[in-house]
Amino acid sequence: MAAALKARELGVEKIIILERSETLGGILEQCIHTGFGLHYFKEELSGPEYAGRFIEQIRQSDIDVKTNTMVIDIDSDKVVTAVGPDEGLLKIQAKAIILAMGCRERPRGALSIPGHRPAGVMTAGTAQKYVNIDGYMPGRKIVILGSGDIGLIMARRMTLEGAEVKMVCELMPYSGGLARNIVQCLDDYGIPLKLSCTVVDIHGRERVEGVTIAKVDENLRPIKGTEEYVECDTLLLSVGLIPENELSKSAGIELNCITGGPDVDEMRETSQRGVFACGNVLQVHDLVDYVTLEAQIAAEGAAEYIKSGGTDEKKYAYAVHQEGVRYIVPQKINIASEKDVDLYFRVCRIYKNSKLIVKIDGETVISKKKPKLAPGEMETIKLKKDMLSKLKEDSIVEISVEESL
Amino acid sequence: MIYDVAVIGAGIIGALTARELARYKLNAVLIEKCNDVAMGTTKANSAIVHAGFDAAPGSNKAIFNVKGAELMPSVTAELGVPYSNNGSLVVAFSEDEMPELENLLKRGIENGVKELRILSAEELFELEPNISKQAVAALHAPTAGIVCPYEFAIAATENAVSNGIEFMRNCEVQAVEKAEDCSVLKTTQGDIKARVVVNAAGVFADDIARMFGDDGISIIARKGEYYLFDKAKGHVVFHTVFQCPTPMGKGVLVTPTVDGNLLIGPTALDIEDKNDTSTTYPGLMDVLNKAHKSVPEIINTRDVITAFSGLRAHSKTHDFIIGFSEKAPSLYNLAGIESPGLSAAPAIAVHAAEEIVKKLGISDLNESFNPVRERPIRFRYLDDEEMAELIKKDPRYGHIICRCETITEGEIVEAIHAPAGARDIDGVKRRTRAGMGRCQGGFCSSKVLEILSRELNIPYEEVTKAGGESRILFGRTK
Ligand SMILES: Cc1cc2nc3c(=O)[nH]c(=O)nc-3n(C[C@H](O)[C@H](O)[C@H](O)COP(=O)(O)OP(=O)(O)OC[C@H]3O[C@@H](n4cnc5c(N)ncnc54)[C@H](O)[C@@H]3O)c2cc1C
Ligand SMILES: Cc1cc2nc3c(=O)[nH]c(=O)nc-3n(C[C@H](O)[C@H](O)[C@H](O)COP(=O)(O)OP(=O)(O)OC[C@H]3O[C@@H](n4cnc5c(N)ncnc54)[C@H](O)[C@@H]3O)c2cc1C
Repeated sequence: MAAALKARELGVEKIIILERSETLGGILEQCIHTGFGLHYFKEELSGPEYAGRFIEQIRQSDIDVKTNTMVIDIDSDKVVTAVGPDEGLLKIQAKAIILAMGCRERPRGALSIPGHRPAGVMTAGTAQKYVNIDGYMPGRKIVILGSGDIGLIMARRMTLEGAEVKMVCELMPYSGGLARNIVQCLDDYGIPLKLSCTVVDIHGRERVEGVTIAKVDENLRPIKGTEEYVECDTLLLSVGLIPENELSKSAGIELNCITGGPDVDEMRETSQRGVFACGNVLQVHDLVDYVTLEAQIAAEGAAEYIKSGGTDEKKYAYAVHQEGVRYIVPQKINIASEKDVDLYFRVCRIYKNSKLIVKIDGETVISKKKPKLAPGEMETIKLKKDMLSKLKEDSIVEISVEESL
Repeated sequence: MIYDVAVIGAGIIGALTARELARYKLNAVLIEKCNDVAMGTTKANSAIVHAGFDAAPGSNKAIFNVKGAELMPSVTAELGVPYSNNGSLVVAFSEDEMPELENLLKRGIENGVKELRILSAEELFELEPNISKQAVAALHAPTAGIVCPYEFAIAATENAVSNGIEFMRNCEVQAVEKAEDCSVLKTTQGDIKARVVVNAAGVFADDIARMFGDDGISIIARKGEYYLFDKAKGHVVFHTVFQCPTPMGKGVLVTPTVDGNLLIGPTALDIEDKNDTSTTYPGLMDVLNKAHKSVPEIINTRDVITAFSGLRAHSKTHDFIIGFSEKAPSLYNLAGIESPGLSAAPAIAVHAAEEIVKKLGISDLNESFNPVRERPIRFRYLDDEEMAELIKKDPRYGHIICRCETITEGEIVEAIHAPAGARDIDGVKRRTRAGMGRCQGGFCSSKVLEILSRELNIPYEEVTKAGGESRILFGRTK
């Protein structure tokens, strides 16, 4: 919605939003907790409230919206195929496409937790839908594996609904969620967070009856002798999100093996000219505010592309993640770019009192002290115009973390 | 009422036997203790239609396997079940293994397997470029194939029911009493009387036989664990790739599935508890390590979408037990049907039905028998015009429920209302593949639950994952 509104504002006339759900808003619709919009609206809103503000603007605009309509194919000529009960089969020739399909949760299989396969093992997001949308309880005694934000939010939500949340187990020695969520969702309710700990067995043939947890060593392998049986009827998984890029693949777009999203330039243009990506489909975000900003950038890119016909040849410099940095988005920067470019990235582990270093072709252009860096919080750094002027074709922009001793 | 035949167990053996019985003018019932068909070994195995070179010449395993594999293309076509004649390879990874390969070839020829041939390493790499370069030769069996075992049993049951066989689920046989002219099965759904009882109870076949006073059968449950990979890995191999058996063991296979995923496994471990289909760390690690011998580097756990395990019904006689019990003449045993039981099933079913009707003195055919079960609509395989047409006719086919596999509401509703249709989330999954993709139902299970609740007219809380106590929800929120 943010991308559509921005594109409209920039003069793009025929815009259509295709959404497979009955409603607009995406994942926000089931996030009834607050904590959305602090940056963008400078207010603390719930997910549906945040989405609502955009839905209202969309309504008042002449942007075409088709809900209950799922895109099943995008081809390399930008023909979008969608189906829906009302629309039947829809084929749309687009000039530009903005991908904003969000992400999905990593399921149990991807973790290959051994044991039985009873009812009561589900992702935290599925549980969230049952509780917040359908109004049903998916469990009473709960263990949560993974301390991603959805897991943390659900720990609190289930507790408020009268369930007993026994613990949150996290494989890594740190949480993958926002610091504020650990305080507000676990600490405030006395729910223990067990770090370096995982589920090694699931018990119960029909419904979950318990899980066995164990400590893990520095290679993340379970340590023998540390097993502990925990009685529960539900295991919620919050073990990562995967950008939803099946369509991107079918359109021949190159994906990044770390983010799971497309490789993009500073306008969020993918390897297919005229196809842009933003939000969780590009990289998993923790704050919706950044998603909105990213969507607006993609819209600018798309509007520009439509105007220019995409005939300009772009020359790129490349963003390369170094020591301590897991990935950077965008992966490449048009050296002709005239605006400041924000680089978004995540660090590999927790750092205290460290320095972020940005180099262009080996020359340090930014060195910034950071009291705390954590993988759960997306970081951003601005490349100002004067720095961008240093970029030549194939220049390398590196970001690294330097630990001060 | 007294049935002519009661078949205990709706696995592939019971289901196909029931379907073969439906060709005759008789009353029969298919009894299953679970909430659905194919809940036992039939839902968790390698899904290979073996060519038939493995079993000892003259054994039931050899005879029925070769015949079953021959029938497979026509039976699966009639029943609208996915089957692919992809061929198999037994790969030797050192010269030491060559004698065993020769041995298999010889045995295969003796068993009547056609077109068997030993390929050189070069020929092998041409067929399968991802195979380990350690390979020295391979036995190629072009007649081997792959099939979807649970769809096979589901389709056979549907076809049997359409042709007049009764199906009873959640009906566990717990004891048997002898009446004058029939056996009385004491079940969780009351008494069922039948003149002939078919014992197709899989790993529990010895328990059923014992209820009839036949203690000559002893079944050991032998667990096999598997990893299933994302479709992205579906083309790592094209054939079913076995490892040449060595004194160290049988090795594991690497195979595509009919749905385009990649399957590796199984392990082999005898276990006490015949209900224990859990997977284990050591088992799964073993599978992975062994599979690397066949296709190094190509597979790692990143692409795993699920792990599962199945139980082989191993008989101490090492062979299928097929025929009327000597101790209980009204009991027809189909026991110890371990691998290659799936491959052999069509032939076993034909043979069993013939023997049973002979015993009952029935020779009249069921004139309205229709062997064809139409394959349900698969939206994802339609072309654009067909999709548009279908949605116009029934908008529920335009409502995509499972995004990973592109399964529509129309298909799910159809699966629920089919003969012997789905009653739970896993049942919908096995019939339509909703929830079988990479997100494993994360998104669609709640929608499937909604549809089940609506179509079966039961509250949300009563919808289960797989029957019994496997409920998903515990009532309303505050
Ligand atoms: C549980 C949870 C808690 C969060 N908490 C906070 C918080 O407290 N504060 C905060 O600021 N941020 C929070 N976030 C992060 C932020 O809200 C999300 O990252 C953001 O809303 C994602 O927006 P998106 O548009 O990229 O993706 P989504 O909201 O997932 O939207 C993608 C949309 O695309 C549709 N779609 C996908 N594929 C297709 C297709 N083929 N055809 C048609 N439509 C399709 C989907 O149905 C969906 O509606 C939270 C996220 C979650 C999941
Ligand atoms: C690891 C493994 C790999 C295999 N690979 C292959 C292969 O690649 N190719 C091949 O050809 N074969 C293979 N097999 C063998 C094949 O899977 C079996 O032969 C076949 O599935 C057996 O089917 P069934 O109907 O006899 O048993 P099941 O499918 O186990 O059916 C028995 C049914 O009886 C029901 N039942 C039990 N007790 C009662 C009771 N008291 N009352 C009512 N119902 C009852 C059960 O619930 C069950 O549904 C493999 C087996 C295993 C375990």
